[in-house]
Amino acid sequence: EKLTVKPGPYGTTEPQTPKDTVTSYNNFYEFGTNKGDPASNSAKFKPRPWTLEVGGMVAKPQTFDLDKLIADIPLEERIYRMRCVEAWSMVIPWDGFPLAALLDKVEPLGSAKYVAFETVVRPEEMPGQKGYFQPMPWPYVEGLRLDEARHPLTLLAVGLYGETLKNPNGAPIRLVVPWKYGFKGIKSIVKITLTDKQPPNSWNTLQANEYGFYANVNPEVDHPRWSQATERRIGGGSFFGGSEQRPTLPFNGYADEVASLYAGMDLRKFY
Amino acid sequence: MPLPKLSPRTREATIWALYAMGLIPGLWGFYQGATGQIPGDPVRIFEHMLGLWALRFLCLGLAVTPLRELAGVNLIAYRRALGLLAFYYVLAHFTVYLTLDRGLMFSTILADIVKRPYITLGMAGLVMLIPLAFTSNRWSIRRLGSDWNRLHKLVYPILIVAVLHYALSLKVVTGEPAFYLLVTALLLGYRLVRPRLLEARRRLRQASR
Repeated sequence: EKLTVKPGPYGTTEPQTPKDTVTSYNNFYEFGTNKGDPASNSAKFKPRPWTLEVGGMVAKPQTFDLDKLIADIPLEERIYRMRCVEAWSMVIPWDGFPLAALLDKVEPLGSAKYVAFETVVRPEEMPGQKGYFQPMPWPYVEGLRLDEARHPLTLLAVGLYGETLKNPNGAPIRLVVPWKYGFKGIKSIVKITLTDKQPPNSWNTLQANEYGFYANVNPEVDHPRWSQATERRIGGGSFFGGSEQRPTLPFNGYADEVASLYAGMDLRKFY
Repeated sequence: MPLPKLSPRTREATIWALYAMGLIPGLWGFYQGATGQIPGDPVRIFEHMLGLWALRFLCLGLAVTPLRELAGVNLIAYRRALGLLAFYYVLAHFTVYLTLDRGLMFSTILADIVKRPYITLGMAGLVMLIPLAFTSNRWSIRRLGSDWNRLHKLVYPILIVAVLHYALSLKVVTGEPAFYLLVTALLLGYRLVRPRLLEARRRLRQASR
């Protein structure tokens, strides 16, 4: 379905990853651990109707009907680089609205310091959530510091390439934080909670020495098992064109916008 | 289950057929990737596929002995082909890593081999496979005598580093790597109990004589 979208800030002129690549090469373990699994195994998933519960330390906790929410907040196109912790990257034209716009509606209290996110649990519709060898406990959870959540780059996406978000990409609503590794971009969100404690995030819980809470893209701090200095930019095509190895930029190229959020912090310790 | 007896010429033909069939997945993957038919990250997908086939042929080669001794199926004539197929796939896997994946950036490649345990393990497996591949011919077997057997026991550590290289390259151990870890444990575990098993059989045969 086509979305009504106006161009937003922070665009890039880098070539965009073709739409069929963005929708067929995904990490979304609720549908399986292989990159092709989300596209193959998500046909049964029903992203409508959808409600999003926003509560915790807020003045006005609310449960939003997603379609009403989308009609209410103007959608913007944001063309962002996406850097996966596995050292590949894409350029994706997302459609969505700043998370800050949603937070404004619920009015966070002064005591709120963090934002916690939760993915839906539907084993009947998400084959990765049942059977033996479940890769991780469900629901998938993520978190941001409140100032990160309020940063204008931080997006709740409901579409890409001008169309409603497809199931493999986290339909119907997902987080996009372009200066962090892709796993921070929690998908199919049902619940957002404002809190005063640092919330758990799934990959950190699973393997704390490999995945931190902050997960800022950082070529200087390697994953213990592989280098983060370079990345493969996925552009579709064949062996001999489309994808290329390129240097990874600090904060995924958004250092001018976000480096000040971490002034004085040791980013080797808070990785 | 005894297999049908083949004439030497027919058996020779089936061995060549095994080589031909064994190379098909790699050639097919190369064709698909070269013509843009692998969606997503064709290089990584092809690279991983080559590695997985190497592991499969390694396991199949190591299954020949237990199959013969436990099920009475004798595939010893095909073991060299299975081992060499594993070697060819490892070589292709490594070549794709050097060229298409890392783009011959040797400074980062060397750093990877030294610093990343799973890459170090993969490299060790390749290095250990080389002498085995070069002595996979009748001349070497005759020449080396019992040393040949001792040398080719290297295939056990090779399987261990190969399966660890695979498991450690992943973010989480899922069904597929768990399957190969189990197969490795069974194949190598059999080698541990094998001397006692064969000894017990020998005694049984003597007693019944």
